[in-house]
Amino acid sequence: MQTPAPFGYQRATSVSHAVSLLEQLGSEARLVAGGHSLLPMMKLRLARPEHLIDINDLVDTLSYIKIEDNELRIGAMTRHSELLASPVAGEHYRILHDAERVIADPVVRNRGTVGGSIGQADPSEDLSAVFCAAKATIVITSSSGTRQVAARDIHDGPYETVVGDAEMITEVRIPIRPGGGSAYSKVERRAGDWAVAAAGVCVWLNGDTITDVGIGLTAVGAPHFCAVDAEASLIGRPATAENIAAAAALAAACVNPSTDQRGPAEYKRHLAGELTKRALHKAVARAQGKES
Amino acid sequence: MEVNVTVNGEAMHTDVEPRVLLVHMIRDQLGQTGTHWGCDTSNCGACVVHLDGVPVKSCTVLGVMADGRSVTTVEGLEGPGGLDPVQAGFMECHGLQCGFCTPGMMMVAKSLLEHNPNPTEHEIREAISGQLCRCTGYDNIVKSIQWAAAHQNAEVSA
Repeated sequence: MQTPAPFGYQRATSVSHAVSLLEQLGSEARLVAGGHSLLPMMKLRLARPEHLIDINDLVDTLSYIKIEDNELRIGAMTRHSELLASPVAGEHYRILHDAERVIADPVVRNRGTVGGSIGQADPSEDLSAVFCAAKATIVITSSSGTRQVAARDIHDGPYETVVGDAEMITEVRIPIRPGGGSAYSKVERRAGDWAVAAAGVCVWLNGDTITDVGIGLTAVGAPHFCAVDAEASLIGRPATAENIAAAAALAAACVNPSTDQRGPAEYKRHLAGELTKRALHKAVARAQGKES
Repeated sequence: MEVNVTVNGEAMHTDVEPRVLLVHMIRDQLGQTGTHWGCDTSNCGACVVHLDGVPVKSCTVLGVMADGRSVTTVEGLEGPGGLDPVQAGFMECHGLQCGFCTPGMMMVAKSLLEHNPNPTEHEIREAISGQLCRCTGYDNIVKSIQWAAAHQNAEVSA
């Protein structure tokens, strides 16, 4: 039987209550939302917090998907299933639905949360690559107020973020910009598994010219989940097959995958390039209104 | 910790350590052994129950998280007039062999039909994609759920 080691349990009744509990209980306390990453790690003793602060009662304040100030705003307690079912999310960022469709399985998606996925910072996590591609901002709340960190700056290594001991992730903000298209391509061993490799792309076009692009990669050891050289190679250039192929090669060059049970490093490097290419083509086609 | 939880419509009370998983609290402390404890890793789906009406894998939820909430297990499917159409479908279409995955399959099927009364075969297979049947009886499980969809107003005596 897999059971976590003993810990104290409290329920937060508000965001301010949650952060005050984090302040009181110190660095060995953790928030638990869906628990579908933290509880398995606790069963295996890979994580052993002394206190869990359950924030599931905060769904009324932290579960939402809305447009405000020309941004798509996603509350941290939004479940994966809710993001997948959200028409407004899919209307502006198809990449969100592409990715959510291949995150775990429908029952796990009923429980896991958007904020939890970011906070877990698993190097194979899908939404981390998505939010980096979308150039999203993460809102972090503490007792002294809120601060915003670019999704690209929130990771501080595997399972590590810049979120402090007494801070919590409360929202994701993605700017709504004209001329955009997005897509996510993932290879997994079986339905619902973690990625062998995956690439997310958000592209913005003016005519056929790429005015901006974000390329996120997961499970392949890309620095901060991003392929910045590949992005730079495309900005200001036409979205041709040649330019996309060259960018995909740069994406493959920036990764540092590990050989493991999901495959050899060279295979994953190949996937990083190939999936970047596929996601770029699809995102461009969507930006041009050519593909649903 | 004290936990007050409504299980299949009945108010129940128990005392658990925070680290006790919902599946063990349901089975060992509340005596509802219809829910199966399978892989421990949220892969197999045998332990699916509805928490406030939403299917969850109860091996990856703490028992204390259910305090003040309502849980429906496979025991809660049967109505006063007999078996739920989902249960009847599994009986009619040989939807189980060893029966280990069956509680989770049926709880997922019940939720699917609540939200989508006429699912396509693809939608059914998507809905059960978080469940493993080691007898590999998926075709009959899909047929069972299709039977239930076609007989949603039926309550069948066991």
